[in-house]
Amino acid sequence: MIFLKLIVTNLRRHRIRSFISVAGIAFSVAAMLTVVTILQGAIGMFSGILSSDSEIIVFERNVSDLFFSNVPAAAVAEIAAWPMVSHADPVLFGIVSSTDHPIITCFGVTAADARIRKAAWIAGDRLAFAKNADDVVLGERAAEFLGAKLDDHVPIGHGVFHVIGILKTANGFEDGGVFMPLSSAQSFFHKEGASSVITIKLRNKDDAASFKSKVKAAFPNLIGLEDAEFTRSYSQFRILKATAWAVGGCGLLLGGLGVANTMIMSVFTRIREVAILRVCGFSNTQIAAMIFGESAVVSLLGALLGVLIGTCLLLALKLVPALHGYVDVAIQPVVMLIVILLALLTGIAGALYPAFYAMRIRAVEALRFE
Amino acid sequence: MNLSIAQTGPQKRIVLLVEDVWKSYDDGAIAVLKGVDFEAAEGQTVALCGPSGCGKSTLLHLFGGLDSPDRGRVSVNGTEVNRHRNLLRLLRHEVGFVFQLHNLIPDLTLAENCLIPTVAAGIDHRTAQERLHELAERTGLTDRLGHRIQKLSGGERQRTALCRALMNKPKILLADEPTGSLDEHTSGAVFELLLDIVATEGVTLVMATHDRALAARCDRLLEMHDGRIHERVSA
Repeated sequence: MIFLKLIVTNLRRHRIRSFISVAGIAFSVAAMLTVVTILQGAIGMFSGILSSDSEIIVFERNVSDLFFSNVPAAAVAEIAAWPMVSHADPVLFGIVSSTDHPIITCFGVTAADARIRKAAWIAGDRLAFAKNADDVVLGERAAEFLGAKLDDHVPIGHGVFHVIGILKTANGFEDGGVFMPLSSAQSFFHKEGASSVITIKLRNKDDAASFKSKVKAAFPNLIGLEDAEFTRSYSQFRILKATAWAVGGCGLLLGGLGVANTMIMSVFTRIREVAILRVCGFSNTQIAAMIFGESAVVSLLGALLGVLIGTCLLLALKLVPALHGYVDVAIQPVVMLIVILLALLTGIAGALYPAFYAMRIRAVEALRFE
Repeated sequence: MNLSIAQTGPQKRIVLLVEDVWKSYDDGAIAVLKGVDFEAAEGQTVALCGPSGCGKSTLLHLFGGLDSPDRGRVSVNGTEVNRHRNLLRLLRHEVGFVFQLHNLIPDLTLAENCLIPTVAAGIDHRTAQERLHELAERTGLTDRLGHRIQKLSGGERQRTALCRALMNKPKILLADEPTGSLDEHTSGAVFELLLDIVATEGVTLVMATHDRALAARCDRLLEMHDGRIHERVSA
């Protein structure tokens, strides 16, 4: 109890300094949590697009980005005919732009695609999809920012398209995207006869391994991956995740330097107190534990405050109309745990030198001058 | 070498033994102790007198293991204190320090300050509390246990420091000008208390002081100058 009080006492003694340290850690944690959660959400949404009513994705082997993947129509037809396959949906991804909107995701799909079949249609008739080459269906948010209604003609990229439907979907990318008939998209993006991926639904999920082997044998240039497997291994996702953690880590490092500064000052201003504790029989371990304890309290308070700030920030971002669907506030417990642990580790790392310094204080020197 | 041997009597056990201790500062430029030999028996009260800078405090620090001699040996209860592995046990169980300034932690209460040595030594809460109340009663501080140090008078602070020094029942109490910062009246009262407690507890008191009247009331009065203990005066 007294040991805890010795830890807390010093924090209370220098309230402003302690608060600044806690705030430093809190903002770092909030930044890390926000960046990681947003990117995890984005990755989750992109994975959601791929895994819509399917469990395997087939794409060109060794491409760095699915936008560059080319799967020939012949492969789609052959795979769709395999007995183990329930259905195979080719999807062509593209990026187009329109006035004031430099990036709009475009999905080239067939009328049989689950995204069209199973979506909630706000306006239009799904049976009308793919009847004409210039027909498009807009996600609800895309319709909103393009200012388009049913039967309007909207400029997208180098063409003008007829809006034959508006969809509502929980997926931010789809909600802000444009759905074109596959053949129109192939023509628009100059990828005639090709798609970016094939999303596969098997009749029996247990056939996943044999399906992948069969793809490898029949089409050496293609690769089939289960959804979870794809999410783990896709280089773009890995780069995004690494970037998010690196950005957050840099923030946390700055917070850790703040803690280090506070702890150094804390030790410098109570050299005499440390000397008294030594005279009372405190060991090096006990002195160090006191310093580390102080930094752990700062880090823990900062981490908790940071989680609170981060959550509020994510909720606020979710309310921004332009980001609707893109920001996922569902903070994963494992992310939260990692962020809190990192904050604690950073705090402890920041206390290493101060603890070392405190351990070297010689009582006789500190007490000599009264 | 000037040896000062106390008349401890055959029944008294030697608890503090100092053999040919030398100590200097600034790489030998300032020689403070020049071959001090000294011993103190259990329950004895010893006053160290001498001018400022003669080495009284240095000697006390060496007795308590806070500093190491350049040469020579200091032993408490037969154990050499200069060895690091003995130091913690020495500070936790064998010696207690009282300084001229109380050296209490201002943000803690009187009770919490007194309990610090028990935390260091890992003494259980109940035992520590019993000891605290026993000492507080003896020093008249029972009503002040929950008060912060800033709320205490100078005499109360020094009595608190005395309680803290005695919490773990040390064999030796090392007091460096314990009444030096107090007025004459309070100084006398604190010193009376000090003598009373060390007598009751059977603690050996080694006290550095400028106050010859107080020093004269100790069992032994030792004069220090020129880095040596020169004379022995039996009180």
